[in-house]
Amino acid sequence: MLNYTIRRLVMAVPTVIIISLLIFLLLDLAPGDPTAQLPLTIPNEVREEIRLALGLGEPVMVRYVRWLQMMVVNEPLHALASVTGWENLRPDGQRILSWQSRSPVGDIIAQRIPQTLWVVGMGYLFGILIALPIGIISAYKQYSWFDQIGTFISMVGFSVPVFFTGVVLILVFSVWLGWFPSMYDTTLRVTDWDSFMRQVRQMVLPVSVLALFNAAQISRFMRASMLDNLNQDYVRTARAKGLRENTVVMVHVLRNSMIPVVTVIALGVPAVFSGAIITETIFRVNGLGALLINAIYASDIPMVQTLTFIFAVLIVLFNLIADVIYGILDPRIRYD
Amino acid sequence: MNDGVAPVLDVRDLKVVFRTRGGEVHAVNSVSFDLRPGELLGVVGESGSGKSVTMMSLIGLLPSPPAEIRSGQVMFGGRDILKVNARELRRLRGREIGFIFQDPMTSLNPVFTVGFQIMEPLRRHMGLKPEAARTRAAELLDLVGIPDARRRLKDFPHQFSGGMRQRVMIAMALACDPKVLIADEPTTALDVTIQAQILELVKDLRQKLGMAIVWITHDLGVIAGIADRVMVMYGGQVVEQAPVRALFADPRHPYTRALLETVPSVRGERAPKLKVIEGQPPLLGAHPSACPFRFRCDKAHGLCEQENPRRRPVGAPGHDVACHWDAPAVREAAHG
Repeated sequence: MLNYTIRRLVMAVPTVIIISLLIFLLLDLAPGDPTAQLPLTIPNEVREEIRLALGLGEPVMVRYVRWLQMMVVNEPLHALASVTGWENLRPDGQRILSWQSRSPVGDIIAQRIPQTLWVVGMGYLFGILIALPIGIISAYKQYSWFDQIGTFISMVGFSVPVFFTGVVLILVFSVWLGWFPSMYDTTLRVTDWDSFMRQVRQMVLPVSVLALFNAAQISRFMRASMLDNLNQDYVRTARAKGLRENTVVMVHVLRNSMIPVVTVIALGVPAVFSGAIITETIFRVNGLGALLINAIYASDIPMVQTLTFIFAVLIVLFNLIADVIYGILDPRIRYD
Repeated sequence: MNDGVAPVLDVRDLKVVFRTRGGEVHAVNSVSFDLRPGELLGVVGESGSGKSVTMMSLIGLLPSPPAEIRSGQVMFGGRDILKVNARELRRLRGREIGFIFQDPMTSLNPVFTVGFQIMEPLRRHMGLKPEAARTRAAELLDLVGIPDARRRLKDFPHQFSGGMRQRVMIAMALACDPKVLIADEPTTALDVTIQAQILELVKDLRQKLGMAIVWITHDLGVIAGIADRVMVMYGGQVVEQAPVRALFADPRHPYTRALLETVPSVRGERAPKLKVIEGQPPLLGAHPSACPFRFRCDKAHGLCEQENPRRRPVGAPGHDVACHWDAPAVREAAHG
């Protein structure tokens, strides 16, 4: 298993490099000018100098190699230095600069990650926690009223877009009832119990919207997978051994049913990092999703390239993690 | 009929119905039989004749709904096990009555080790500590002829061949030293040489352990080789029951005769065509008020349409049959 993991990690390197090249080249084709948002009074010669100073005069492959170097060496080292406080790790080289703010994209992303992880990550986590029991019970009591209601809620959660559920929740719980704020306050620092409760309250609505959507999807997978397994012969064997029904379902059936579901859950994690663009926009959470969408509007190519590349790396990584977990859960799959 | 020895299992008038969308299916109709200590009872009949359903209903292994036990009495250990509560029933399963299923490929849970699965009933019913259970499990594997038992406990089912898996199933069924072993077509999914090995194993184990066995099969050759007594089922009913020699020497029911004729002879000249029983097995849509075999029977007459024959003793002791074949003659004799 360890061998396999290492081999896969090594093989991921060329994959990631090819992805980075594609991202860089595709976005380079996009129209856009780093000086477009500067005041019109700036003369053209100065604009040209600004472009040259940003390195845009170089051939595309040179720019790609420099960007890649900054992306995989300089930025991670900066991040590491900031996290650990070991300032001598900090490299001297150039960093990727945002065309919008002229500050390093790494720093901006680092500011945005906590909000996204808290809100979207919690939405995903709660979604899973709700979905698994619902899926298990729905399958075990197939066509019962519980299953019917679960199916209906899943259908609603899955088919009604989050911009609709989000607005409805704001209307009901913020406007009419006034229980929760409709906007997410990023500047809030949790220092005591009071501010912690405020943080919790402002997370409730966006987290619920996302949890409903995620739970709808995962509970369907869980239900289908449980149903597949409940009719298997080994379940009858387990019952014939005189095991408790609880043991039969929660040990024998669940362990088998989790195999495909865990894969689906692992593959969904990168989407957490990429943020929930719509939900973040509705609740004014300035996370990664909002950052990406604003960068696209502003033609902030370096920011878009960097974010897209990070998401690509996460997707490759979690694909690998999903495969490894699959191998751990299913003894029939051995990679070496 | 029972030679003065109390039967370990005494089934009276068992009726099982499946409720389906197309109406009720009367899968088992007034089946009565008994099983004496240490005896091997063969149950034969074509697919859908109710062999497996009868046996599975005894210990509540049929999914309910759709299955429903309409009436009957199953005396085991001095009480009616159709009436005991779920907890008692679980104790009976595995502890007192072992079950072996048809397809060893799917009847073992693929994600747990063979050792874990054999140890489960030991720990549940006998309350053995893990170490003691492991020792006993290794003994059991040894008993069913799996070499290097202690090491193989750590293997998963997919690491065993079909015949070996069936040995594991047998070890599991015998784990708690049950009084009755029900084997539901245990050799059907195996090839002939492996089948012979499993038969030898069961004969051997029966001598060593002395439990009573119900052996369900549609292979008359197997029955002739191992059974003490044979029960022939057709359309959810027992149509004939006899000691094995009497059945093969003097079959009375037209269905039994037809079954025996379908066995191709390996001696002498080969018949140009395999013999078959013409027609289809009956649809069990209604409670039978007539002989279920009448449409395929070459001896059917008026009475067969009007009355479902009851079993009555004929020939050798312990031989009984449900057929009207001699009714006209009997009547003529009575009148004439």
